[in-house]
Amino acid sequence: MTPELWSVVALSLRVSLVAMVITLPLAVAVGYALARFQFRGWHLVNGLAHLPLVLPPVVTGYILLILFGRNGALGAWLFDTFGIVLAFRWTGAALAAGVMAFPLMVRAIRLAVDAVDPKLEEAAATLGASRLRIFVTITLPLIVPGVLAAAVLGFAKAIGEFGATITFVAAIPGETLTIPSAIYAELQIPGDSPAVITLVGLSVALAFGALVVSEALARRVRRGQQ
Amino acid sequence: MTLTLTLQHRFDDFELDLDVIAGDGVTAIFGPSGSGKTTIIRAVAGLLRPDAGRIQMGDRVLFDHNARTHIKPSDRRIGYVFQEPRLFPHMTVSGNLTYAKGAKASFDDVVQMLGIDQLLDRRPANLSGGEAQRVAIGRALLSEPDMLLMDEPLASLDQARKDDILPYLEQLRDYGQVPILYVSHDMGEVARLAGHIILLNRGRAVHSGPTADVLADPKTMALIGPRHAGAILTARLVGYEPRDGLCLFETSAGLLVLPGNPGQVGETRRIRVLAQDIVLAKTKPTDISALNVLPVSISSMTAGHGPGVAVGLVSGTDALLARITKRSAQVMRLEPGQQIYAILKATAVAPSDISAR
Repeated sequence: MTPELWSVVALSLRVSLVAMVITLPLAVAVGYALARFQFRGWHLVNGLAHLPLVLPPVVTGYILLILFGRNGALGAWLFDTFGIVLAFRWTGAALAAGVMAFPLMVRAIRLAVDAVDPKLEEAAATLGASRLRIFVTITLPLIVPGVLAAAVLGFAKAIGEFGATITFVAAIPGETLTIPSAIYAELQIPGDSPAVITLVGLSVALAFGALVVSEALARRVRRGQQ
Repeated sequence: MTLTLTLQHRFDDFELDLDVIAGDGVTAIFGPSGSGKTTIIRAVAGLLRPDAGRIQMGDRVLFDHNARTHIKPSDRRIGYVFQEPRLFPHMTVSGNLTYAKGAKASFDDVVQMLGIDQLLDRRPANLSGGEAQRVAIGRALLSEPDMLLMDEPLASLDQARKDDILPYLEQLRDYGQVPILYVSHDMGEVARLAGHIILLNRGRAVHSGPTADVLADPKTMALIGPRHAGAILTARLVGYEPRDGLCLFETSAGLLVLPGNPGQVGETRRIRVLAQDIVLAKTKPTDISALNVLPVSISSMTAGHGPGVAVGLVSGTDALLARITKRSAQVMRLEPGQQIYAILKATAVAPSDISAR
C-alpha cells in the first residue's frame, strides 16, 4: 500500500472513531430519554434525532455547511469562542459522520432501554436510589450490549459516510479524503485502479471486524451478568 | 410507628375510598382481585399518585394532596416486596442485598433469619423462585424501612414453596422491628401472619380489626368466601402423643386434639379452624369418630344469599365460626344464646393451619 492510501485509511479511522466516541454519550442520553420519559417536545426530539436517517445525505451536508461554515451561525460562534474551524477540516468530517450515525445509535440504544424491565428501576427507587443512581447502577449496566451494538453500528456508518461528508468538507487529501471519497475519486479516473480494490477490501474488512468485536464484547457482557 | 392513610383514587369502574391505620406487627389487606389492594400499597410507596388523600408514616407526611406534598419513592423509607422478586440480574445476591445504602448493619441477622447465607455469591438467574423471593425480602428489609410493604409475595409460588417461606415470614413478623402491610387474597396466609386485617371490597374497607375478631365475625364470611372463612383459636401446646402422632392443645374452652407435631410443649400456637369443618350438635354426641367436642354458645347467626348460615360461636374466651345449612338451622331450631356443642374432626385441620403465634 502506498503512503497516500495509508493516510486515507488512517484518516477514516480517526474521523470515525472520534465521531463515534463523541456521539455515543449523546445517543445514550437521547435514547434513554426517548425510551423512559414522556415530555413536551418528545416528538420534536424524536424527529430531529431521526432526521439524518431520512434526509438525503447531501441535504444534511448542506445544512451542516450553513450552520457550521465559517460564516454559519454556529460555525462563527465556535471560531470566535474556541477558535474551532469545522468546514473543510477533518473535525468537520467527524461531525458529518457523527450526525449521520446518530439516528442509528439512538435507535439501538432505545431498543436496549426498552428491553430493561422498568420494574427493576421501580424496585431500586423503593430501596432509596436516586434517578441518577438507578441509571448508573441498574439501567446502564443492563444496556451495555445495546450500547456496544450502537457503537459498532455508528462506527461502521461513520466509516462509510460519503454524501454529507463530501458536501460539508469536500475531499481534501490528508484532511478530509476518507475511504469512500477516495474510492469515488479513483473511480473518476479512467482505467483500472488497484487502489480501488484495496480500499474496497479494507472497507469490508473493517466493517466485518467491527461486527465480530462487538458480538464478542456483547457475549462477554452477557455472560458476566449471569 | 403508625401509618395513617386516607386515599381516594378513581378507576374505570370503581373508586378507591379508604381511611385506615396500620400499626405495629402485620396488617393484612385482604380482598378479591381488582379490589384496589395493589393500588393502596403503590400509593404508600409513592409509585402511584392518588387523586386525593393523605399518607402519613409516624410524624412524616409522605403525601398530602391538599398541601401538594408528594415525597419521592426513594425518599420515603418504605420497603417494598413485590409479587415477583425483581432482583437485579447483573448483581450477585450479596450485591442485591446491599444495594440500599447503609444496608450493612443488620446484614448478618437478616441473612441468617431468611436462610440465604448459602446463596450470597449466586446470581438471581440461578435461584429458585422461593430463594429469590427470600432474597427480595431481605433486600427490602436491609434498606431499613419504617414500614415494609408486601404485595402478595407468595402469589407466584406453588404451595410447597409457599409453605417453605411462610415460617420465614413468621420469623420476620416476630423479629418485630418493622411494621408490615401485607396484601393478599389468600386467607390461609393472612390468618397465619396478620395481627390486624382490613377487608377490602371494590375499593372500600368493609371490615377491619384484630385478625381473630374479623375472622370470627359471621358478616365477613360472604367476602372471605364460605370455603375460606374460619376463626382463629389461640392455644397452648400441652402434650404430644407420638404413638398416635397427635398433639394436645389447651384452649380457653377445653382440650383440642390435632394431628402433627408442631413444636415445643408450652408454646402458643394459632390454629385456624375453617367454618365448613365444624359440625354443630345440640346434645353432647358420643360414639363418633371426631376427636374434638367443644361446648360453645351461639353468639350470632347470619344467613347468606345461598343455602348457608354463618353461625358465630363463643368457646371460652375464643370465638369460632361455623357454616351450616339454613335447613339444619331450622330443623335444630338454633338461636343466638343457646348452649350447644361444636364438633371438629382432628384431621380437618391441616398442618399449615397451625402456626406460630
